[in-house]
Amino acid sequence: MHGTARGAPPCVVCHGAHGEGIAASGFPRLAGLPAAYLRAQLSAFADGQRENAVMAPIAKLLSADEEQAVSLYYAALPAPELANGAAASAGLGALLALDGRWSAKLPPCVACHGPGGIGVGASFPPLAGQPASYLEAQLEAWRQVKRPPGPLGLMQAVARRLSPSDIAAVSQWFAAQPAGGGR
Amino acid sequence: MRTPSLALVLVAGIALTGAPDSARTDMAPKAPDPAIPDRSATFQPPAKEAIPPGPYGDMVKLGRDVFRETDKYARPFVGNALRCSNCHLDAGRLADSSPMWAAWVAFPAYRDKNHHVNTFQERLQGCFRFSMNGKAPPYGDKVLVALETYSAWLAQGAPVGANLPGRGYPRLKDPPLQPDYARGRIVYQQHCALCHGPDGAGQSAGGQVVFPPLWGANSYNWGAGMEGVNTAAAFIKANMPLGLGGTLSDQDAWDVALFVDSHERPQDPRFTGDVGETRRLFHNSRWSMYGQTVAGHVLGSGLTPAAQTGAQN
Repeated sequence: MHGTARGAPPCVVCHGAHGEGIAASGFPRLAGLPAAYLRAQLSAFADGQRENAVMAPIAKLLSADEEQAVSLYYAALPAPELANGAAASAGLGALLALDGRWSAKLPPCVACHGPGGIGVGASFPPLAGQPASYLEAQLEAWRQVKRPPGPLGLMQAVARRLSPSDIAAVSQWFAAQPAGGGR
Repeated sequence: MRTPSLALVLVAGIALTGAPDSARTDMAPKAPDPAIPDRSATFQPPAKEAIPPGPYGDMVKLGRDVFRETDKYARPFVGNALRCSNCHLDAGRLADSSPMWAAWVAFPAYRDKNHHVNTFQERLQGCFRFSMNGKAPPYGDKVLVALETYSAWLAQGAPVGANLPGRGYPRLKDPPLQPDYARGRIVYQQHCALCHGPDGAGQSAGGQVVFPPLWGANSYNWGAGMEGVNTAAAFIKANMPLGLGGTLSDQDAWDVALFVDSHERPQDPRFTGDVGETRRLFHNSRWSMYGQTVAGHVLGSGLTPAAQTGAQN
């Protein structure tokens, strides 16, 4: 909310007053994401495993206690009830999200990320309501190994089986899902 | 899931991704992504969008819905937290994951399990009674008609009586080493706990089960086919972790199958009152852990809190 003594800017500047993110800029929502996941991302930004020119210097300014505190803070915030545009109920994005493409060994995203992409437990973060541009960037990052492959290397394996149009479609679909999970 | 064992799951997950300061190439998954199997020669069910309109198509859709959301569409017959698509991936369409199109053309068939010729409907009844730890829908029940119709629609064009490639789970050779509980537990912690939980209880979100329980009160009972270590090993090798099927070694698949099937689960519905007798009658196989003693507990003697999680956990 106020930044830190060592000069890290307040998170709300980019991630919104309620941690909802700024869709137009591709800044992700943090509200309601698992604390352990958020902490892992901050560490990965700080040591460069997850490449990001904006977050790297900020994460480096955080102490371990501050990483923990800010992760817990955001995890406890309610997921915002917003949708980023209308989703097609049919179409490529819905197909990949709900059915996958087993001919390419691709499970449905919701098989791990939960119904409507609301996230499961500590290790499978919500996708619902995240800016489409943010989701696209992450899938691209996994394809190009600019982000750690994640537990079991699952996301890198998944991203490698997606084409650019797959990535665009599925990102748009999840962006339009209600973060709170109502359907 | 903020449980004390969360740290273990995280450590296991982080350990797999390599040391933080290693070179970029070290962060690749440990096992190479295996070539996506060429299944062009395997039977292909009709496209998902090709369900015809009308009453027949409606019944196909109901069967598909029962398959994917069994607890919702077949509620009176379900006694646990599983659904058909947990073990028959891609809603019963996927080769090497016990697809329904291969099962359909293989019935009626004599089954060793119950020593008589079974119709397809009777086979489906077994799924509910054992794998779903529930009740067998009566013959002709709409749930069974729907599942039959869905299976037959998937199998359109397949030769009746054929033993189709892709049927069941690809059988594994006997493992080089006797399957081992301790080795299996390590495999489980490293490759399975991320989704299925450190205690095998699975995970839910939004009120729905996402990752199914593998043992304990909400999983399949001792009468289910998956209690056979050979069956579980074959399923796991071909299909698990989800999206990474084929990446475990055969040995790892056997070990973790033994580990999973060495935990308590609901009683076999055919239980005679005596574990030893029930084993002789229904589990007389080197691959069944029913009636065997693991960590001081006789498997099949009943669910207790300690028995569910296993003393060694």
